[in-house]
Amino acid sequence: MAFTETFTDGNALAGPLREIFALEMTSADGRCVTCGRTGPVADLRVYGHENGPGLVARCPGCEEIVLRLVVTPERVWLDLRGLVSLAVIR
Amino acid sequence: MSRLAWRVAYLREVRDETPSARTLVLDVPGWPGHLPGQHVDVRLTAPDGYSAQRSYSIASAADGDAADGEAAGGDTVELTVQRVPDGEVSSYLAGPYAVGDPVELRGPVGGWFVWRPADLAPVLLIAGGSGVVPLMSMIRARAAAGSRMPFRLVYSARTPEDVLYAEELKRRALSDRGLDVSYVYTRRAPDGHGRPAGRLTAVDLAEWGWPPEFEPAVFVCGPTGFVEAAADLLVDAGHDPRRIKTERFGPTGG
Amino acid sequence: MGIVTPGFTGRRRSDVNLPPGQYLTEDFPVLSAGPTPRIPLDTWEFVIVTETGEKHTWSWAQLMAMPSEDVTVDIHCVTKWSKLGTRWRGVPVSAFFDEVETAADFAMAVSYGGYTTNVPLDDLLDGQAWVAYKFDDDDLAPEHGGPARLVVPHLYFWKSAKWVRGLRMMLEDEPGFWETAGYHDYGDPWREQRYQGD
Repeated sequence: MAFTETFTDGNALAGPLREIFALEMTSADGRCVTCGRTGPVADLRVYGHENGPGLVARCPGCEEIVLRLVVTPERVWLDLRGLVSLAVIR
Repeated sequence: MSRLAWRVAYLREVRDETPSARTLVLDVPGWPGHLPGQHVDVRLTAPDGYSAQRSYSIASAADGDAADGEAAGGDTVELTVQRVPDGEVSSYLAGPYAVGDPVELRGPVGGWFVWRPADLAPVLLIAGGSGVVPLMSMIRARAAAGSRMPFRLVYSARTPEDVLYAEELKRRALSDRGLDVSYVYTRRAPDGHGRPAGRLTAVDLAEWGWPPEFEPAVFVCGPTGFVEAAADLLVDAGHDPRRIKTERFGPTGG
Repeated sequence: MGIVTPGFTGRRRSDVNLPPGQYLTEDFPVLSAGPTPRIPLDTWEFVIVTETGEKHTWSWAQLMAMPSEDVTVDIHCVTKWSKLGTRWRGVPVSAFFDEVETAADFAMAVSYGGYTTNVPLDDLLDGQAWVAYKFDDDDLAPEHGGPARLVVPHLYFWKSAKWVRGLRMMLEDEPGFWETAGYHDYGDPWREQRYQGD
């Protein structure tokens, strides 16, 4: 069976992030800890969007992890390890 | 804004778009409205508790200016679902899901890949396959708002039979002033199309898109590979990457 | 549970005895957290680093020279699919520890590409875990963790690290990649230990 790399983009984070943030987060600009690239959350590469254990968002510039999000029955776990800052539109 | 909640939607009507895609007209009581380009999460639950969730772009304009041109009411949302082989969600929604049946839905979500009628730039829409869905929402919203903002859609499909909203696009290209629609067929073009079948090229975009000097707002939606290729062509042609908004769906789409 | 969607069944189920909350699948879903690493065999290595910092390294040729085992096992993914009777060939993890002196009770499996997962050492020994390099008689495909992955079938499959590069021995348990994001430190499917606190 042929296999292609399966990632989508940060637009897919809109629902899960809207569950925990009051403001829309995919249009927020983030700066990557690893390479310094700045861009909207919507442009991140998101892995695990189809029934994976969690969502793993990577920088399109350096492929390092920017954020992870896991939804469990009791909690939403959010790892923002790869963000220097996030500028959220008010 | 309140916490994002799941709502129950009911299937009001079905429209077959192609042999493998259908539009679901959903009644969503209390729907708050949406911007073109936003999407919804859909959740299916089996009797034994198994559940699966997918994200779908909204096809309709916010005020329900749907395919038939009639306002369908503020509580209606249209999704177009492309059936994917072995896709447990798409094969249900584009298959046995029947009029009157409930489904859970939450949204609208997303604020990046959206067009607002107040935006002051010409628009270039580039669709790959069913990536046309959120772009169609923009075209419908433009008409519903009475906007004269110049819009160009470059739509890449495998064959003429794979084109979604074919009749409506033909009609709108004639009736919606300032809307141009061009087609790129990757596998087989219809007779007399003038452009041989093949992937989207820089020449296509130069001919049917806007020059970078016009500083258009560009929306590209399609499978990951298509989006990457189209975005590269645009940047190479001189478009500012910050004005290119992209939305990818994974190769399976389920 | 949400409202039931009439006529939706999703994945196939069967009457076989599966761990709680699991569904049977015939295919082999690929779950990924990043790009698939491609590791040339001539640079591939498997490294055990003990708690004192001592390193033991095996090359691909050395791995191939070790006695291998063919095993048929059921695997259970925390995303709720189970696949029965999967066939693997690999070197039992205990074989590596014939040469390693350690007092540590825990191991962090470390992968090419940066993935990690923590497993108690006792769960890696005595015929419970393998460094597997064949699946169904074929070389293990990169998307399934090739050239070699850990296979620890009695725990949820995220413990079976793809693209395994080695083990870091730990005196105290530490959480790995998914374990720091809400998943259980041990992950026994029969006790349904999916998440922290289960």
